[in-house]
Amino acid sequence: MTDLAGPVGGRAKTSFINDPKVRSIGLQLIALVVVVFLGWSFAENARDNLAAQKIATGFGFLDNTSGFGINQTLIPYSETSTYGRAFFVGLLNTILVAVVGIILATIIGFLVGIGRLSKNFVVRTISTVYVEVLRNLPPLFQILFWYLAVLSAMPSPRQSISLFGEVFISNRGIILPRPLFGEGAGIVVWAIGLAVLLVILFRHWSASRQEETGRRLPVLWINLGLLIGLPLVAMIVTGFPISFETPELKGFNFVGGVQVIPEFVALTVALATYTAAFIAENVRSGIQSVSHGQSEAAHSLGLRNGQTLRLVIIPQAMRVIIPPLTSQYLNLTKNSSLAVGIGYPDLVAVFAGTALNQTGQAIEIIAITMGVYLLLSIITATIMNAYNRRVALVER
Amino acid sequence: MSMTFDDGTFIRNEMAPALPPPTQRIGAVAWMRENLFSGVLNTTLTVLGILLVAWVVPPFIRFMFLDAVWTGENREACLGPQVGACWPFIHAKFGQLIYGFYPIAERWRVDIVFAAGVLLLVPLLVPSLPFKRLTSFLFFVVYPVVAFVLLTGGNIDASAFLLERFGLIGSFVGDAAIGGINLVFWVDYVLTALLAIVAMGGLIALLGGSGRSAALSTFWVFLALGLVIFAWDVDVGLEYVETRQWGGLLVTLVIAVTGIVASLPLGIVLALGRRSQMPIVRLLSVIFIEFWRGVPLITVLFFATYMLPLFLPQGANPDALLRALVGVALFSAAYMAEVVRGGLQAIPKGQYEGAMAMGLTWSQMMRLIILPQALTLVIPGIVNSFISLFKDTTLVLIVSIFDFLGQLRASFTDPNWATPVTLYTGFAFAGVVYFLFCFGMSRYSLFVERRLNTSHRH
Repeated sequence: MTDLAGPVGGRAKTSFINDPKVRSIGLQLIALVVVVFLGWSFAENARDNLAAQKIATGFGFLDNTSGFGINQTLIPYSETSTYGRAFFVGLLNTILVAVVGIILATIIGFLVGIGRLSKNFVVRTISTVYVEVLRNLPPLFQILFWYLAVLSAMPSPRQSISLFGEVFISNRGIILPRPLFGEGAGIVVWAIGLAVLLVILFRHWSASRQEETGRRLPVLWINLGLLIGLPLVAMIVTGFPISFETPELKGFNFVGGVQVIPEFVALTVALATYTAAFIAENVRSGIQSVSHGQSEAAHSLGLRNGQTLRLVIIPQAMRVIIPPLTSQYLNLTKNSSLAVGIGYPDLVAVFAGTALNQTGQAIEIIAITMGVYLLLSIITATIMNAYNRRVALVER
Repeated sequence: MSMTFDDGTFIRNEMAPALPPPTQRIGAVAWMRENLFSGVLNTTLTVLGILLVAWVVPPFIRFMFLDAVWTGENREACLGPQVGACWPFIHAKFGQLIYGFYPIAERWRVDIVFAAGVLLLVPLLVPSLPFKRLTSFLFFVVYPVVAFVLLTGGNIDASAFLLERFGLIGSFVGDAAIGGINLVFWVDYVLTALLAIVAMGGLIALLGGSGRSAALSTFWVFLALGLVIFAWDVDVGLEYVETRQWGGLLVTLVIAVTGIVASLPLGIVLALGRRSQMPIVRLLSVIFIEFWRGVPLITVLFFATYMLPLFLPQGANPDALLRALVGVALFSAAYMAEVVRGGLQAIPKGQYEGAMAMGLTWSQMMRLIILPQALTLVIPGIVNSFISLFKDTTLVLIVSIFDFLGQLRASFTDPNWATPVTLYTGFAFAGVVYFLFCFGMSRYSLFVERRLNTSHRH
C-alpha cells in the first residue's frame, strides 16, 4: 500500500492517480475512447447491415424520381419530381404551418396573457380556464381532436358555412377567394412596399421629433392612412388590376379559389391554440415582473390604463417575455412535426415518412431531417443570444 | 356669495354644496360595477365573456351528463336525436383503453404494477411522510425491476454474458439448466465478474492507488447487476406477454415512468458533465444535450425505429417498445439535464468551497452537499418536464405503438359502436384522463414551489 500518509510534517506521499490533473486527463481519455469506440462500432454495424439488406448509401437518391403525390405543394411538384424536390415541398409546408401558427399563437397568447391579469372577473376566469385546459392536454390529442372531431364534423361542401359569400368552410377545408393579378398589379405591389417604407421612416422621424419638442403626432392614424391610402390610390390609378376569384360550388366540390386543406387548418389551429397557452403564461409572468411602482408612476403622470400598458409596462416586460417566447416559437415549429399524425405533408411526413419507406435510406433521410430542425434551433439560439445581449439590463 | 375683483380674480367665500354620497362601495352591485362594467370596453368584454360561457358550458354539461347515455350493449343505445355522450362505449372499450391487448387472464399483473406504483409514489410525494430514502430506493430501483418481471413475465433466458461469446464456457459446462436458469450464463457471469474484480484491483494497485477499494466497488457493481439479471432470469412461473400485446394507459404509463426513472440520473450526469472543468467531457455533454433538445421527438422516434436497428450488430433486433423507450429516455434526459443545471447554477459558490474545505471528495461533495440542495430547488422544473414527457408519450402512436390515445383512435373504427357521438365521447373521456394526470402534476409542482418559497425567503 502506498497511499498511507507520509511522515508527520513532511508532504503526504500519495499516488499520482490521486492527482486531480492526472485524474481529469484520465477520465477525459476514457470518455473519448468510449465515444470513439461506440461511434466506430455503430459505423461498422451500419455498414454490415446496409450491405446485408442491400440498401444503397449516399445522397444520390435525392435526384431520383419520387413517384408519390403530395396534396399541398407551395412550389410546382408532381409524381415525376425528385426526392430532393419533395424535401423542399415538405420543408416549405413545415415553414408555412410554423409561420401561420406563430402569428396566431402570438396574438392569442398576448390577449389571453393580458386577460389573465385583467380586473374583470369574467375575462380573468375565461383566460385561466383556457390556459389550464389547453396546457394540460397533449398536443397530438388536440390535433386529432380538431382534425377528427371538429373539421370532419363540418358540413359537406354543398351545405358549407359561408362567410360573406366569399369564404367557405366545409369538411374539405377552407376555400378562400384567389387573388388574380391583372395588368398594372406590379404598381400596386410597389405602392404597398413604398407605404411600408414610408411608415417606418415616419415612425423614426416622429419619434425623434417627440424627443425634441415633446409633442406626439397621431402616428397610428397617419400610418394607417399611408398603409391603406397609397395602395388604394395606386389601385384607382391603374384601374383595379387585382381582382378576386370567388370559389363556386360545382357538383360536389368547389371550383376556383384557394383551397386550404383541412389537415393544415387542424394542425395550425391546434398548435396555435396550444402554444398560445404557454405564451400567455410567459406574457403574464413578464408583465408581473415589471414592478408595481412603474404602473403607479405612470398613472400619477396621468397616463391612462391603455397608455400605461402600451408605453410603460409592455416595453419593459418584453425583455422578460422574448427569450421564452422564442423558445415557444421553436417548440411550435418542432411540434409541427406532429403533422404526420393526421397526414399533413410536412417535412417529417413527406421526407422521413414516405420517402424513407420508399428508399429505405434511413440514415441519410433521418440525418437530413434532424439536421434541418437542428439548424433552425441553432439559428434561433444565435439570434436570441444576440438579442439578449442587446436588451439585457446594463447594471452598474 | 362670491366676490370678483377688477383684475378678474375670483374668490369664493362660501362653502360649495355638499356632493351626493358616493354610490355603493361594497356589496355585489358595487363590485360588479367596478370590476365588470367600469367602461365601454370592459362592459363589452364582460358581455362577450358571458355569451361565450353560455355558448360553451351548458352544451358541454348537457353532453357529458344530462343527455348522456349511461347503459347499453351496443350502438343501438346511442343512436337517436339529441343524444349526448355514449358512456357504454367507454365501458365496453375500457379494458382495451387501459390494458391494450394484454391477455385478460393476466391483467391482474398490470393491476399489481399500477397499485404498487401508487403505493410507492404517495409516500414519495407527500413531504411530511418519513422514509424518503427508502421509498426513493424502492421506487427508482426495485420497482422498475419488479414491474419488468410482472409485466413481461421475466425469464429473459440469458444465455451468454461475455466469455461465452468467445465460446469459452459452453464447452466445459454443457447445456445444464436449473429451474429455467441457464447455468452457462451464470458460470460465465461469475467468472467475468471475478476477472473484472481482479483486473480492476490489480490495475489500480499497480498505479499506486487503493486496489482493494477499486476491487470492492467493482464487486458491488457486479453484485447489483447480477441481482437485477437474476430477478429477470429466474422463472417465476408467469406467462410471457410480449410487448406487442401491451397497449392503452399501460403503455402510456410505462413510457412515462421509464422516461422519468431513466432521465433523472442520466440528466444529472449530463448536467454535471456540462458544468465540469474538463473540456472534453463538457464538450461531449453540450453536444449531446443540444442535439436532443434541437430535434423534435418524432424524429427521435423515427431514429429509434428505423435507424437504431442499423447501428446494432446484425441479428440484434430490439423490441419496438424498447426502442421507443430508449428514444424517449435520451430525449427527456437532455431536457432534464438543463433543469438540473439550473439548480446547480443556483447553488452559491460558498457551498462548493465549504465542501472542499471540509476535505470532501468530489463525489461526496456532489452527493452530500450540492445535489440535495440543487435538486430540491428545481423540483418544480423536474415536475414540469415530467408533464411534458407525459404529454409526449402520445407520439409513440406514430411509430405504431398503441398507447392510450392510439387505442382510443383504434376503438373509433369498431362498427359495433359506430354512432355520431362515439368520436366525441372518446375524446371527452381521453381529454379528462390526460387533463387529470397533467393538471394533478402541475398542481403538485405549484404546491412544492410554494413550500420551497417560504423556506427560502430571507
